[in-house]
Amino acid sequence: MKLRCRSTKLGKVRFTSHRDAARIWERALRRAELPVAATEGFTPRPKISFGLALPTGAESIAEYVDIELREDAADVDLDALPERLSTALPTGFDVLVVAERHQGTASLQEAVTSVTWELWAPDLDRDAHIDACRLLDADVLELERERKGKRSVDDVRPMILEAQPTATDDRLVIRLATVGRALRPAEFARLAYPDLDPVLVRALRTHQWIDCDGQPEELLPLPAGLDARPVEVLA
Amino acid sequence: MSTLWPRIEPLLAKVQKPARYIGCEDGATTPRHDKLDDGDTVAWLLAYPDTYEIGLPNQGLQILYEILNERDDAVAERTYAPWTDLLTEMRAAEVPLFSVDTHRSAADFDVLAFNLSSELVYTNVLEMIDLAGAPVHAADRGDDDLVVIVGGHAAFNPEPLADFIDAAVLGEGEEVVSEITEVLGEWKRSGRTDRVDMLRRLAQVPGVYVPSMYEVTYHDPTDDDPIGAVAAVTPRHPDVPPTVDKRTVADLGEWPYPKTPLVPLTEVVHDRLSVEVFRGCTRGCRFCQAGMITRPVRERPAEQVRTMVNDGLRRAGYDEVSLTSLSTADFSDIEPVVKGIIADNAAAENSCDTLTISLPSLRVDAFTVGLAGEVQTGRRSGLTFAPEGGSWRLRKVINKLITEEDLYGAVESAFSQGWSRMKLYFLTGLPTETDEDTLGIVELAANCVRIGKQYTNRASVTVSLGGFVPKAHTPFQWFGQNTHEELRRKIGLAKDAAKKAKGVQVKWHDAAATTAEGITSRGDRRIGAVIERVWRNGGLFQEWGEHFDLSLWTEAMDAEGLSLDWYVYRHRDEHEILPWEHLTAGLHKDFLWGDWQDSLAEAGVEDCRWTPCYDCGVCTGYGIEHVVASPIAPAGGSQGTGQDLSRGGEVPVEIMRRPTPAGAST
Ligand code: B12
Ligand code: SF4
Repeated sequence: MKLRCRSTKLGKVRFTSHRDAARIWERALRRAELPVAATEGFTPRPKISFGLALPTGAESIAEYVDIELREDAADVDLDALPERLSTALPTGFDVLVVAERHQGTASLQEAVTSVTWELWAPDLDRDAHIDACRLLDADVLELERERKGKRSVDDVRPMILEAQPTATDDRLVIRLATVGRALRPAEFARLAYPDLDPVLVRALRTHQWIDCDGQPEELLPLPAGLDARPVEVLA
Repeated sequence: MSTLWPRIEPLLAKVQKPARYIGCEDGATTPRHDKLDDGDTVAWLLAYPDTYEIGLPNQGLQILYEILNERDDAVAERTYAPWTDLLTEMRAAEVPLFSVDTHRSAADFDVLAFNLSSELVYTNVLEMIDLAGAPVHAADRGDDDLVVIVGGHAAFNPEPLADFIDAAVLGEGEEVVSEITEVLGEWKRSGRTDRVDMLRRLAQVPGVYVPSMYEVTYHDPTDDDPIGAVAAVTPRHPDVPPTVDKRTVADLGEWPYPKTPLVPLTEVVHDRLSVEVFRGCTRGCRFCQAGMITRPVRERPAEQVRTMVNDGLRRAGYDEVSLTSLSTADFSDIEPVVKGIIADNAAAENSCDTLTISLPSLRVDAFTVGLAGEVQTGRRSGLTFAPEGGSWRLRKVINKLITEEDLYGAVESAFSQGWSRMKLYFLTGLPTETDEDTLGIVELAANCVRIGKQYTNRASVTVSLGGFVPKAHTPFQWFGQNTHEELRRKIGLAKDAAKKAKGVQVKWHDAAATTAEGITSRGDRRIGAVIERVWRNGGLFQEWGEHFDLSLWTEAMDAEGLSLDWYVYRHRDEHEILPWEHLTAGLHKDFLWGDWQDSLAEAGVEDCRWTPCYDCGVCTGYGIEHVVASPIAPAGGSQGTGQDLSRGGEVPVEIMRRPTPAGAST
């Protein structure tokens, strides 16, 4: 059986890296005693795969993991699984939804075409967010960035699909394309809030979308009534 | 008293590896804040003066953390040295040293307690005291300031830190932390008024050394002794003991800690479950401080090891466990324990396909290789042995009694079982060492490659060369360390020879750091000013190659009018009062001196776990004994016994037996 899980990364644990999160999941699956299948070969690894990397420091209520169970494993109770996995994971990692993943479904990396983010910072107000939305009016948005030591200038305008402030005005909601070289929220912040150090802009990933006949459709929607919003974690 | 998290959080966004600072580990206790607020609880901030990745795996602090948090009158949190990027941010934002558990300011605690497992971290200790907001000099601390305590192996010569610490603990901390808590609790209840009186009480707790309660005087400099050796160390009060003895727990079986091992969220150097299988080591390697100061051997009952492994793996979710000790293949019940762990995993409903058991500090013999084969199921990549000396003569000097046949036998057995790469550890700069010994290292390695070629074309041997630094409380404490220039020359010699030896690579650490380590390892109180200078001039993380700067140390020595020759490179004689002479790990000075003389005479000593006691002083002096898990010596025997223990065997000595479960021994 193959499973797909949607989970959170909220609070202090936002400072763990994508790599850290993968290791945390591996251990949690063993702690939950879930019969995960292993790869063949000299050094067998559990068969789990992760979606788009979440930048270190960003939070999320839409993280995805695909897990393959051992063929000989007894049926697992899917309804009890979110609770079972959340208990095995550290605080801040909570499993929201688990669904069976059917044969032939595209892998996470292939399937997702865009993601929605919320951005905010103590110094950013309604006006700043409204200004940021003007990026949509530009035809071309050149951004200089570096990857693996190589500098390049790219037009990132096509990556910005939507932008609008939240109803409460303190955050900006953006949807960014992920096909091709993705635009990171911090890179967006550099363009949108040029006066602010982008590391101070907080980001929360709220949705990952797949393309369904030209319409974005959520990979695993949250069940009605489930509030996954973060609460400010202090002590 | 509250969390600093809102002030720390924005800083973490700016630094590398921010997960170092978040805590959140499984196994972390949520400290009872109410306890912290009630004025009588003694709050400990346990500190590792190196990065989180290095400090978190330390078992010592994890053990003390649990023991203290189990007490009603104590609470313990943890902190690690912030890396330089965060330090800069913290200084700029005026954020003090904080705990990773609840992100409280260090100033909210009563005690700042460091584990010192290496000497090069001393400047980090000063930085952390300062960052905690306490005066760096103990003499300047008032009633409201933190009490600074150090423990761990390097604390066996705490004199270089005497100006900065309130107390040092010698030996194992399991029992003494409670006794310290009681003294501090009483002090708090009495309104924290008389700090000096509290320190005087601490000085009466066995194992606790309070430097300010002792006066050190020095001889006047002469032509023969241009610096002036210690003349006397005198207690300032009649109730302060003239000698401080180390603490030792008699039975490790009574301390099955850590019960809830900390599982870090980010990668650390030892990223696996550790279960300590025994303490102490009686092989008697003369360069090894750890072996000397942790005598006698106390093995954990085999059944407890198995339970701790099984419970620990289940709760942590690790797929790797390390059975730690100073020489794990010497654990008398090692084979059944390892087989038991494998069997338990196989029998578990959700057995782990990837379970790995790692056995650090492998002994050099075929039995050990067989054992390694049993636990290493995946690809057989590399195996490490530590012959330490390049010739049989030199190995007798250091009492690492591995014959060439032992080594070749072990290597052959490893190559024949599918390993293709060996790593051999050697020390250079050992007493009586000649260039012949140094070249012998490469010869040994080349012979190993030759053996390996019979089995695989890929056979290769890496020689890892470390510069030797003599340590306090060892027979080599009198030995004049090699200069780093001399060490570099010897390393060069080995490197050149290795160019002609196919399949042999030489790796080495730059020898410069050995000089700084030498200053701090056998220094006296006058070295405190040197450490302070290095720290004030920005010398942090000196154990990290990228930060180490020898000129900071040599300039500080010059500025204080102290000489490297005198402190580091000079041989001491029998009658000199060594700076740590009032502190003891139980080893008689006579024994250590005799062992030093035996060493120079190239005479080895036996492993007293299996052969009669030669009265080093520890067991006899402290009324404790070796505790072994099985009355049968492990197959492969023990060095220097002169007995054939290759298949295990009854040992003709009286040992304190623990009941071994039926069938647990071979
Ligand atoms: C795991 C391990 C590592 C790991 C993790 C290190 C760590 N943070 O502990 C890694 C790989 C990082 C490592 C690195 C190094 N290690 Co190491 N390591 C070990 C090992 C195998 C176990 C350590 C351990 O957890 N011990 C068990 C605990 C229970 O003992 P403990 O920490 O000493 O604590 C007890 C007491 O000392 C005391 N105590 C300790 N602190 C305090 C504080 C207070 C206030 C009190 C009251 C009591 C107290 O109470 C504790 C319980 O009884 C030991 C070998 C061994 N079996 O001890 C070597 C050992 C400690 N390492 C050693 C060395 C040399 C190093 C390195 C310097 C190697 C190098 N050249 O880079 C570095 C130093 C890193 C650093 N900056 O600290 C030596 C120390 C030599 C010595 N001083 O005699 C040892 C003894 C191995 C050896 N034989 O050479 N090491
Ligand atoms: S007192 Fe005897 S038995 Fe104990 S460690 Fe010393 S030599 Fe060995």
